[in-house]
Amino acid sequence: MEFFRIKQDIPFMSYGRYTTSISLVTFIIAVIFLVTRGLNFGVDFTGGTVLEMHYAQPADLNKVREQLNGIGLKDAQVQNFGSSHDVLIQVPLKQNTSGAKLSEQVRDALQSQDASVEMRRVEFVGPQVGKELVDNGAMALLLVSLGIVCYLWMRFEWKFGLAAIIANLHDVVIILGFFAAFQWEFSLSVLAAVLAVLGYSVNESVVVFDRIRENFRKLRKTEVAGIIDNAITRTMSRTIITHGCTQIMVTSMLFLGGETLHYFALALTIGILFSIYSSVLVASPLLMIFGVSREDFIKPEKTAAEEVLP
Amino acid sequence: MNQYPLWKNLLILAALVIGLVYTLPNFYGESPAVQVSPLRSGVKADSVLMGRVEDALKAASLNPDAISLDATSVKARFADTDSQIKAKDILQTNLGEDYVVALNLLPRSPQWLTSINALPMYLGLDLRGGVHFLLQIDMKGALDKALEAAASDIRSTLREQNIAYSGVNREDKVVTVKFRDAEARSKGEAEIKQHFNGLFLIDKDEGGEFLLVATLKPEEEKRIQDSAVQQNLVTLRNRVNELGVAEPVIQQQGADRIVVQLPGVQDTARAKDILGRTATLEVRLVDEEHHYVEGSPAPFGTEMFKERDGTPLLVKKAVIFTGERISDAQPGFDNRDNEPAVHINLDGIGARKFKDATRENVGKRMAIILFEKGKGEIVTAPVIREEIGGGRVQITGSMSTEETRNTALLLRAGALAAPMEIVEERTVGPSLGADNITRGFHSTQIGFTAIAIFMIAYYLMFGGVSVLALGANLLLLVALLSMLQATLTLPGMAGIALTLGMAIDANVLINERIREELRNGNTPQASIHAGYEQAFGTIFDSNITTLIAGIALFMFGSGPIRGFAVVLCLGILTSMFSAVLVSRALVNLIYGHKPRLTKVAIG
Repeated sequence: MEFFRIKQDIPFMSYGRYTTSISLVTFIIAVIFLVTRGLNFGVDFTGGTVLEMHYAQPADLNKVREQLNGIGLKDAQVQNFGSSHDVLIQVPLKQNTSGAKLSEQVRDALQSQDASVEMRRVEFVGPQVGKELVDNGAMALLLVSLGIVCYLWMRFEWKFGLAAIIANLHDVVIILGFFAAFQWEFSLSVLAAVLAVLGYSVNESVVVFDRIRENFRKLRKTEVAGIIDNAITRTMSRTIITHGCTQIMVTSMLFLGGETLHYFALALTIGILFSIYSSVLVASPLLMIFGVSREDFIKPEKTAAEEVLP
Repeated sequence: MNQYPLWKNLLILAALVIGLVYTLPNFYGESPAVQVSPLRSGVKADSVLMGRVEDALKAASLNPDAISLDATSVKARFADTDSQIKAKDILQTNLGEDYVVALNLLPRSPQWLTSINALPMYLGLDLRGGVHFLLQIDMKGALDKALEAAASDIRSTLREQNIAYSGVNREDKVVTVKFRDAEARSKGEAEIKQHFNGLFLIDKDEGGEFLLVATLKPEEEKRIQDSAVQQNLVTLRNRVNELGVAEPVIQQQGADRIVVQLPGVQDTARAKDILGRTATLEVRLVDEEHHYVEGSPAPFGTEMFKERDGTPLLVKKAVIFTGERISDAQPGFDNRDNEPAVHINLDGIGARKFKDATRENVGKRMAIILFEKGKGEIVTAPVIREEIGGGRVQITGSMSTEETRNTALLLRAGALAAPMEIVEERTVGPSLGADNITRGFHSTQIGFTAIAIFMIAYYLMFGGVSVLALGANLLLLVALLSMLQATLTLPGMAGIALTLGMAIDANVLINERIREELRNGNTPQASIHAGYEQAFGTIFDSNITTLIAGIALFMFGSGPIRGFAVVLCLGILTSMFSAVLVSRALVNLIYGHKPRLTKVAIG
């Protein structure tokens, strides 16, 4: 079986202007969502308390809300979580109250109404810790980006490093844009997924760049655009199959991994889809724009030799 | 041309066999167990204790599957939870208060596996259920407390030496002593210098007043902070022992935080109460008029406590002061005869009460009682030789240096050095933990099967080889995680699934390269060779970037995310090994020995 038996190189570079424009537009839309709606940060980052309660029978959310109102938690969010038996309660951080005691209060209040209720999970994050997690997350993102640029610079050339990191940070912004647009909860594990995607989708650019370099050495007569087209066409089969396989795993996580892994898998899904697009149709045109040429790889030895001569 | 030398085949085989052995313990599951460990560091878990456990269980006709002894505890494994709980009750009553008897789960793997340290993966709290607390120590509180104590010590020292002063005030981090004249100040300064090494003193004249400004030296500040963390760690450890948790984790994190992890604990309210409790130390006078008679109740106004060696002692009910008044206790030596001693510093109120009590009771004994689990035990009961003022107390009396160290620790452990606050809590119920395991396992299983079907359909024989290599990758990854005993969390399980999905990339690269070489008209053998050789550079490159992301996540991530990062990094290493070496070895086995190969099944 073979899906991609392509005889002729596809002229990707001649579409370069359109594909980069499409990217630019998506990027701007993502940024607009990020600015106007903002990310729906989870309890990991904002601080606060999350409780997951399990009822023996389908839970009555209104009654739960009444009970919580009764103990003074008017700003608590109550929603179903995964099934009608599970309830997720989110209580924002309040000044000057010890959040640590909150979980017992809630449990006692709910158990007074229905003794069968079981506390499945509690997460309490203090304000200081939340702030640190934000700082650490930002540091990690910065470090990964710098690390990748440095590596690609060493391995190829600065043009490649820059093109790859722009293409892949654009993926990151688009993932964040999705999370902002749909107000999905942005938690620590989503951040981990975003960073993993960043590392993973740079792979894709590396594979294409490897081919481009090889082509510069092999195909001496071909134009730069032709060289890039050939590299992309010949790696396309591998790109689609690899990402397809990773996506199989991630899809299985998305549907079977439970609520906790849901957004993690969702971030990976968006990341994988956009990384295919960006590494092929954004990173390579960018490389053209930066003016990559054969001389970046093959040093013009003759001129150097002439200068040495007396 | 496509043959590996024998040593390379053997190396791969050895890696796989070792991987298999270390993965094995994960399949045996766990069985309920009871764990007995001594409450204090003085008592050791030894064969005597093991004998007692064995006898107690035999007497109750409970037959454990196995009893084992390790460095800190005796563990007995049972077939079902009923006998486990029965055994716990029996052991608790039989062994008494000196031991913690806790319920635990032990791997059911055979002895030979345990003896080569092959253990199942260490599950994080989100998979096995339990409580995770992050406690923040209020360092400002610790320093305030220390300075407040210094201020009141200065007051009483000056008073004792009859040095005239008009006031001692603490404001934030500065203690200011006001004197009437310069002469009193220089006398006072000399006195203070002699008693307080940790203070930095400056003279200052202001508006006709002679001031002495004292601040803590930086090294003293650091010592106070370090010892606050150490003391709080010790205190927490003692308190967690009361909860009867099998494998608690109590660790310092950063400069001023402590992580407490209690696997299997459900009653978070009780855990919080016990962790947050204060002052469990009391100082009282020993009752010298009565003698304790075995069996009869203690006389009116007294109580019976046992000393550490077990001798009973009658102690008055009136409390002189509690552990809150002890600001520090350090092991050291007596200035006069170099005998090992414990130096105690009391705060102002404690010092005054202590001075009064010692003045009235010279020649009598006083007892320092530590309360654990609501039961008191006398740490030490020294004789009062003279009136002691100034809040600095020294206890001596035929103690070894080890004993002074333990006593100082116990005295400090009575109270927390500085207030602590819970800044993060994560509780996962056992049912959710079990659900998480099944879900993580299921999604990996289904994903793996789907990838396997696709790869075999698409690349035929080479797809089969890729799937076997992927299986080897999973095996090695699980083996590595078990060997390192790295904590496996739910994101970690997701990491396993993700690395498997990503690892297939290497094989796809290789297979595509081989197809391309074949298409260019090369012979099958040459194509296989070129495919593996040329793909390696790309595989290496593309894995490095993911490794960079993994390392950054490990450095800056916390808890479950760190678990994900560990799996990601290890997974990259195992996938490079299995995708390149294992799959090559398999292809060599299948095709390598045929010199005139005309066709390979690669689809």
